[in-house]
Amino acid sequence: MFHIYCPYCEEHREEEEFHPRGQAHLQRPADPENCSDKEWGDYLFFRDNPRGIHHELWVHSVGCRKFFNITRHTANYEILETYKMGERPSITAETLAADERQSGVQAASGGWQTVGARPEDEALNTEARA
Amino acid sequence: MQRYSGFGLVKHALNHHENWQRQWRNPTPKKQYDIVIVGGGGHGLATAYYLAKVHNITNVAVIEKGWLGGGNTARNTTIVRSNYLWDEAAALFEHSMKLWEGLSQDINYNVMFSQRGVLNLGHTLQDMRDIQRRVNANRLNGIDGEVLDAKGVQEIVPILDCSSRARYPVLGASWQPRGGVARHDAVAWGYARAADALGVDLLQNTEVTGFKIRDGRVYGVHTNRGDIEAKTVGCVAAGNSGVLAKMAGFKLPLESHPLQALVSEPLKPVLDTVVMSNHVHGYISQSDKGDLVIGAGIDGYVGYGQRGSYPTVEHTLQAIVEMFPIFSRVRMNRQWGGIVDTCPDASPILSATPVKGMFFNCGWGTGGFKATPGSGHVFAATLAKGEAHPLAAPFSIDRFHTGALVDEHGAAGVAH
Repeated sequence: MFHIYCPYCEEHREEEEFHPRGQAHLQRPADPENCSDKEWGDYLFFRDNPRGIHHELWVHSVGCRKFFNITRHTANYEILETYKMGERPSITAETLAADERQSGVQAASGGWQTVGARPEDEALNTEARA
Repeated sequence: MQRYSGFGLVKHALNHHENWQRQWRNPTPKKQYDIVIVGGGGHGLATAYYLAKVHNITNVAVIEKGWLGGGNTARNTTIVRSNYLWDEAAALFEHSMKLWEGLSQDINYNVMFSQRGVLNLGHTLQDMRDIQRRVNANRLNGIDGEVLDAKGVQEIVPILDCSSRARYPVLGASWQPRGGVARHDAVAWGYARAADALGVDLLQNTEVTGFKIRDGRVYGVHTNRGDIEAKTVGCVAAGNSGVLAKMAGFKLPLESHPLQALVSEPLKPVLDTVVMSNHVHGYISQSDKGDLVIGAGIDGYVGYGQRGSYPTVEHTLQAIVEMFPIFSRVRMNRQWGGIVDTCPDASPILSATPVKGMFFNCGWGTGGFKATPGSGHVFAATLAKGEAHPLAAPFSIDRFHTGALVDEHGAAGVAH
């Protein structure tokens, strides 16, 4: 269950008050009458769908009914930030990677799912087999 | 491969079942294969099996980052049906249904395919009109189907609340008698064993970390166990398809969502068919072990976590209790989530990609299990010939730019 901070109500509320509405910051083609099938198809159907940091649109549907943005990690589901419509995120995949490089911490891959699949676990595997 | 038979069972009983052959080898990756399949779930293993059996291509590797059939193959509600509305989808799923009907014999593995029938309930006049349209379309395509009224539904499922007291009274249903359920793990294991026997290498705990691409053409994959070369690569990675596409440098029109299911404590036989409802949004069957197998909708947000949210569990069980008041005190045993790759038109993608030699079989969304044999069969043909099988052709990625969508939200959107 998410506990979501609504930037308009300025309160944390439970997930059930909200509805996810997909990827944020989608730009509608400026001149839809004259865009190619490729551009229009890309705009309608193709999404980032990242395994990692995702900026997404949510609506506080049974609260203030306003739309706002959430930056969330799609593998561990951590909500990193919520911000109002029209604002830009202060946390992105790039800023996170830069922070981690600075502090000397290895960037979390977020993608490893299987125990023993990490290359650095090879020693463990060998040990277990021996 | 040691064939399984009743006689074999008796023979092994004499040895206290201690000398059964391993179902598949655990080979060391070779440097080079003709075809590499990324993803060792049901669809990937079926693809490998039909490549070896139908197309005689046995220098094939299936690369799986975890264990075989550990993703959505192990996480679905095992429902099999083919009552899709549009000709393209109906042809593909009916092709699959026909393969299901002979599958246990074909791969010498009991997949426990049980044609106990599938009911899709209608609760509104519009539901009933849609059901009539879909059943008529099915019959024109040679797929069995009947429209039942509430009385007919009640006769098949006496414990379903078909009274007018229900908040969403059952007005009728579509009934596909050839639909049913199968044992999901057995499907993966059976295909794995049969493919292995034909010489396919099944590489578990091997994770693809990148693709080797030169001049817009794939010639191998990077893995955590070294590089493997192959001129043709087929990706069958369900929820992680988008991640693979990103490695290869293009986007897919997919969003990955958690879809969860639950099983109850085992009960005495009480429900001998599959009941699905789009309107109250839930579906249920009873396994041979006695557990009620229950599912409903996806979580609305993008997620790769293989777990679902509690509000969705609540909505699922509300729907089940609305239909079956008798189950109101049944306790749930386990709950889990799988990552489904949903397509904007609720139809799959079986397609070539901007990278030559690389093919994707994905976008099955919430309803991939039923298609396992058919998907593998047509994708194997696509990989073997380098061009789409006629049944796969309408499911190309191009449709999201040409507009030739196969809109199956009615038949696939909720009912999986």
